[in-house]
Amino acid sequence: MSSPLLPLVGGFLIGASSLTMLALLGRITGISGIFAGAIQGETGMWRWAFLAGLSAAPLLYHGISHQSAPLPSEAGWLLTIVAGLLVGFGTRLAGGCTSGHGVCGIGRLSPRSIAATLTFIASGMVTVFVTRHLL
Amino acid sequence: MLIRLIIPLVCGLLFGAGLAISGMTDTRVVLGFLDIAGAWNPDLLFVMVGALAVTIPGFWLTQRRSAPWLSPQFFLPASRAIAMQPQVGSVIFGIGWGLYGYCPGPALASLTTFDGQPLLFVAAMAAGMYAERAWQRS
Repeated sequence: MSSPLLPLVGGFLIGASSLTMLALLGRITGISGIFAGAIQGETGMWRWAFLAGLSAAPLLYHGISHQSAPLPSEAGWLLTIVAGLLVGFGTRLAGGCTSGHGVCGIGRLSPRSIAATLTFIASGMVTVFVTRHLL
Repeated sequence: MLIRLIIPLVCGLLFGAGLAISGMTDTRVVLGFLDIAGAWNPDLLFVMVGALAVTIPGFWLTQRRSAPWLSPQFFLPASRAIAMQPQVGSVIFGIGWGLYGYCPGPALASLTTFDGQPLLFVAAMAAGMYAERAWQRS
């Protein structure tokens, strides 16, 4: 098990990003909502600017720190597609994901987001239990 | 007006750096957190603690203002009430998350590994989002 320092620092950066977006632009930093809005043509180039930074950052980090990027998942293509479809459909129906509900919604102490976060974590845990320990 | 693109660009960089530094772009770390009956990895919990330590007090202070610094209004979700639809959506999202180990942020942040896996996942995620919209409109 690794030290909690890097996860805490990473979480702090995620929180700082979300707070800056709300304090300066009034926006909730929900990645599923930002991405869906961008690809479905909602107005606001800010979404594409945010997504460009989001995607570029790990490349910069792994280049500068010489920490190698994590290996890709070993899941097959069918599992990748099924999981991606469920994540896309589910996060939109839920109105948010780990960032929008988990970081920002709980940050606003919204009961809707607290309930959603507990539910998708529980659902993920049940799914991993079934796939790793029952099947 | 340029500042309204530079701010989200910098915030996206901060967010993506946070995901990479904390190991959240590694599906093994995330699945390790979800695997409570196996070798449990608490890292995702520490990420949430670090993020909420900023957002809970920060959002409270921010929302005491009538408007954000550089925008005429806050763009906030209309409802704070627990409802069936977000709960069902969260169950579906959790199944996909548990099958693979990516939620939307880490999937998008992993696009610059230029590997086929994150690209395929993001394409399927986009298709799922279009499907949800089409289903809502039907």
